[in-house]
Amino acid sequence: MKFLSSRRRHRAAKPLLLLAALFLIGAGYSVVAPATQVSADGGTSTQVEEGKDLFAVSCSSCHGLNGEGGSQGPPLAGVGAASVDFQVGTGRMPLAKPGEQAPRKEVIYTDDEITALAAYVSSMGPGPDIPSEAQYDPAGLTAEELARGGELFRTNCSACHNVSGNGGALPEGKYAPALHGVEPVHIYEALRTGPQQMPVFSKNTVTDQDVREMIGYLKSLNSQPEFGGLGLGGVGPVAEGLWTWVVGMGVLVGFALWIASRGARK
Amino acid sequence: MSELKVHGRSTADSDELVPQGANPSVEIAERYPVDDPGVEHEPPRYTDSDEAAGNRVYRRILVLFAMVPVLAIAFVVVYFAVPRNLTIDFLLDSNAQHVLLGVTLGLAILFIGIGAESWARNLMSDTEHTEQRHAIASTEETREEAVEIVQEGIDDSNITRRKLIGGSLLGAIGILVIPALVTLADLGPWPTKSMRAKTIERTIWAEGVRLVNDVTYAPIKPEDLEIGQLVNAQPANLEELEGTEFITEKAKASIIIVRMAPSAIKIPASRQDWQVGGILSYSKICTHVGCPISLWEQQTHHLLCPCHQSTFDLANSGLVVFGPAARSLPQLPITVDSEGYLIARSDFTEPVGPSYFERDSRGFFKEGDN
Repeated sequence: MKFLSSRRRHRAAKPLLLLAALFLIGAGYSVVAPATQVSADGGTSTQVEEGKDLFAVSCSSCHGLNGEGGSQGPPLAGVGAASVDFQVGTGRMPLAKPGEQAPRKEVIYTDDEITALAAYVSSMGPGPDIPSEAQYDPAGLTAEELARGGELFRTNCSACHNVSGNGGALPEGKYAPALHGVEPVHIYEALRTGPQQMPVFSKNTVTDQDVREMIGYLKSLNSQPEFGGLGLGGVGPVAEGLWTWVVGMGVLVGFALWIASRGARK
Repeated sequence: MSELKVHGRSTADSDELVPQGANPSVEIAERYPVDDPGVEHEPPRYTDSDEAAGNRVYRRILVLFAMVPVLAIAFVVVYFAVPRNLTIDFLLDSNAQHVLLGVTLGLAILFIGIGAESWARNLMSDTEHTEQRHAIASTEETREEAVEIVQEGIDDSNITRRKLIGGSLLGAIGILVIPALVTLADLGPWPTKSMRAKTIERTIWAEGVRLVNDVTYAPIKPEDLEIGQLVNAQPANLEELEGTEFITEKAKASIIIVRMAPSAIKIPASRQDWQVGGILSYSKICTHVGCPISLWEQQTHHLLCPCHQSTFDLANSGLVVFGPAARSLPQLPITVDSEGYLIARSDFTEPVGPSYFERDSRGFFKEGDN
């Protein structure tokens, strides 16, 4: 005891005591506390179990321990596996920081982990499933079907995503993202689940065939060369005007200055 | 001649420079209180003082001009030799032929320009020339002569003696305005009240007309629509129309159908039976200047017009919440038919689309209406 009492005024004594007290309380709580929350899913497969573990680590702080939602995140019962595959598969979830909109970013989960998360979330309640390749793969479409896909795209998507899929602005810092380089499966899932501000386009009004045609049209847009040279992002008169006034007029002004310069004199 | 404007006088030549017919230098001095700065003499050019420098510029200009035929030939070669569908993948991702045609022709014109400029700047004569301005008005005699000629013409035409000729000619020309007015007025239908009621103030929506998907014309059942869904829709009877009529009617009849959680919507008493379980349909034509709008945010229920950012709250009878639009978005009353498909209960209850001169705007839905 002499060892302890002689060092009771040591600088480290207070923090160490605090740590010890916290540890004691935590250990005591774990002994007497009731068993953790009863899970509503009842899923037994290892995939659901694995998904649940992942969920507890990365999602539960906003969506609740059982996906019941909270002030930071919506409830997840009924959003379906397709939502999870879209949100996590495009890197939008887990959210890095709160904001107007979850941006697309680097995907931090492997495909297996995403599938496990999707299995767990869809065990909370039925919702749209991850589609099979036949539902979204645009391979093998005829020129007529691609043209029809273009018409459908311009009618249903171009208002927000721009006629050439370059995206556009929405109020208060929100935006419709550009669609180039997006996996067909994610386009399909976005239509069916309506992520963030995007409306839902359900199977009964926009059929799987319609979606394939629209994806095919988008992919055909991507593979087209710019016949006029620089496309300037294809976003319309703003970019073109900026280019004309800044670069085009700038070059002309430069020539005017050169013509009027006194470089030929001593 | 007192209105004469004289500039650019040089002190050395001031005596010669007094303009013809103008007077005392005293008067001029009063009008030009600032001293004549004279002509600024430029220092000599490199090409004037150094023969070798002049020769270098000369050769450079010749090379520039000689490149032009080379580029012109290259243009023709590119036109015939480069395959139409060849693309440049590096950086540009552009059609190779178009880029090369532009580069050859553009450089040719640029070289002519640079060569001509170098010539003018370096090799052409470098001495300043001063040109004096003179009064623009003709001399007194010339003007009197002109008046005489006109007067003589009037006398010769006998118009002063036979006075009716002039008047009748003016009347004859004037009356030709009438054929012009009649044909111009007949360019389109005269927008009378009854004509407006038949055209701009009605659409092809009517009781029992099914709501169908745009492009596919598939009819829609309420159970097809999920909460948060948006459908770009048209009346089923649009499919029968063709040509101008199709375009005219589509421009007015386009709608969007949205479904929201019934608990999230405010429905006024007068519109209780205009919707089916939270499914509402609104005109797709902005009430500001008529852009088609379907930028709908499913979480805020706001519909944004991309042209001028007018924003309508579809969960609250389409009221304007932001932007220049003055009127709420017209809502189409809908219900379901015996087969379970969505149909219109009637046409729109007010004209859709932007304002026009004769439009009576008193009837549109306002905040607080029921």
